[in-house]
Amino acid sequence: MDTILTINNLTKKFGYLTAVKDLSFTINKGNVYGILGPNGSGKSTTLGVVLNVVNKTAGDFHWFDGNTTTHDALKKVGAIIERPNFYPYMSAYQNLKLVCRIKGVDYSKIDEKLEVVGLLDRKDSKFQTYSLGMKQRLAIASALLNDPEILILDEPTNGLDPQGIHQIRSLIKEIASNGTTILLASHLLDEVEKVCSHVVVLRKGEKLYSGRVDEMISSHGYLELKADDTDKLVQFLEAKKMFGKIKVEDGLITAFLDEPMDAKSVNQLMFENGITLTHLVKRKESLEEQFLQLTDNN
Amino acid sequence: MLRLLKLELQKLLLNRTSKVLIFISFILPFTVLILSSIKINFFGFFTLELGELGIFNFPIIWHITTFFASYFKFFFAIVVVSMIGNEYSNKTIKQNLIDGLSKKEFILSKFYTIIFFSLLATVLISLASFFIGLYYSSYTEVNIIFRETEFLLAYFVKLVGFFSLCLFFGMLLKRSAFALGFLFILYIVEWIVFGLISWKADMEIAEKIQNFFPLKSMYKLIDQPFQRIMITKFPDNGDLAYDYGVHASEIIIVLAWTALFIFLSFRLLKKRDL
Repeated sequence: MDTILTINNLTKKFGYLTAVKDLSFTINKGNVYGILGPNGSGKSTTLGVVLNVVNKTAGDFHWFDGNTTTHDALKKVGAIIERPNFYPYMSAYQNLKLVCRIKGVDYSKIDEKLEVVGLLDRKDSKFQTYSLGMKQRLAIASALLNDPEILILDEPTNGLDPQGIHQIRSLIKEIASNGTTILLASHLLDEVEKVCSHVVVLRKGEKLYSGRVDEMISSHGYLELKADDTDKLVQFLEAKKMFGKIKVEDGLITAFLDEPMDAKSVNQLMFENGITLTHLVKRKESLEEQFLQLTDNN
Repeated sequence: MLRLLKLELQKLLLNRTSKVLIFISFILPFTVLILSSIKINFFGFFTLELGELGIFNFPIIWHITTFFASYFKFFFAIVVVSMIGNEYSNKTIKQNLIDGLSKKEFILSKFYTIIFFSLLATVLISLASFFIGLYYSSYTEVNIIFRETEFLLAYFVKLVGFFSLCLFFGMLLKRSAFALGFLFILYIVEWIVFGLISWKADMEIAEKIQNFFPLKSMYKLIDQPFQRIMITKFPDNGDLAYDYGVHASEIIIVLAWTALFIFLSFRLLKKRDL
């Protein structure tokens, strides 16, 4: 598989503060990657380093096969960091023309990409008249101008209203379905869960997990149970080894499974042992719960 | 090179403020020059014709026009300082770099723009001086016309040096207003240092050292022409004589400052986390 970005033992210190600590990961072509982490976990710093705006303290990184300079590699990359940054006094078209000049792309791409993000009819309006959602969409259009091998998005839905968030997400999915590799930094877990196939979890600049999203959610799920005789149910559950941790909250019992088991067999097992359930739900842990576990326990 | 220049020109010419300032810094010196070259009649009381004073004679006209025109460099200095300040306040500097402009290219695009406008100003001032000179000058022999055209070179070097200093202050302070303030502070500091040296050592040494200071060295390129006009009027007055010429050493000092300012701007950007 073609690698797009390789990061080896990257460290960035701002004075005494270590923003990124000994971070290594690889990004391969064709996948959608998420960088997850709470605010201040070093997501933006990491992206800043590989995008040549933040100087690294130690370690190294290289784009593509390692023979391209970062300067040349960035011409094959599309990236937006934090907020859309454009010249307020220029129109959307003029702003994109400037980006074309920087990247060495033909101007004919401008209308094509404005069409993709649905801003073609506003292309001659000044950037300062745009709403935040439009600004963000213009930023995506600008990042797509060179038909990049990888699209890097840092908190693309930050500060947007629900419609705006929805628009941006469907745009990202559409771009991903065309085979563009995407690297998405976010602290919004459902966003990453919905869009990404791979994930890197960071906390205080350290990597906690990197791999496939579905492998991260590795447990067999958990059961939510209720019965008239709660104590008896709890005793029963504790006796069986297929149930791990058991929590009781307001009469609702949460039992984590250590072995794969479906709801039907649970129900049957209970009935055979003389327990009648009044409530039975089997759930998979969400990325959010997994993420909170990861970031709390370590 | 053309790509970088076009890039910066687009940023400047689409911005109304900088467009107006560029316009002023080019048009104003000409208006003044042309106004001063015509005969002004003060309500019939008396007529003022500067041409009569002989200041539009070749070759002194090269000295006079470049000296006065260089005062209008302050308008373009505001443009230079704000072209850095705006990049920081709009955070477009970060976006430019992410889009694939290298830090070196970023500084170079600003520097090429400085060269471009300095060259444009030099060409315009030489054309204007040439035609006004042809009209007024008492001597129009070719070798007299093109004598002392080194003032044009000095004018060009002076502009490039001064704008490079502005560029460096802009990069250093990130804000236009602070950078302009710093220019003023530098001017005062140069005089204080000059005062201290002449107090501790003597005037002559102080003056020699002062010629190496950034602002003073740029000023020294084109010395004030008033004394020279006086000399042409009263040739017997020997103690007015002074060295008004453009010297290679003066040009080299300013070019060295220019190189240093551009290099420091680049170093500053390279070291900085955006």
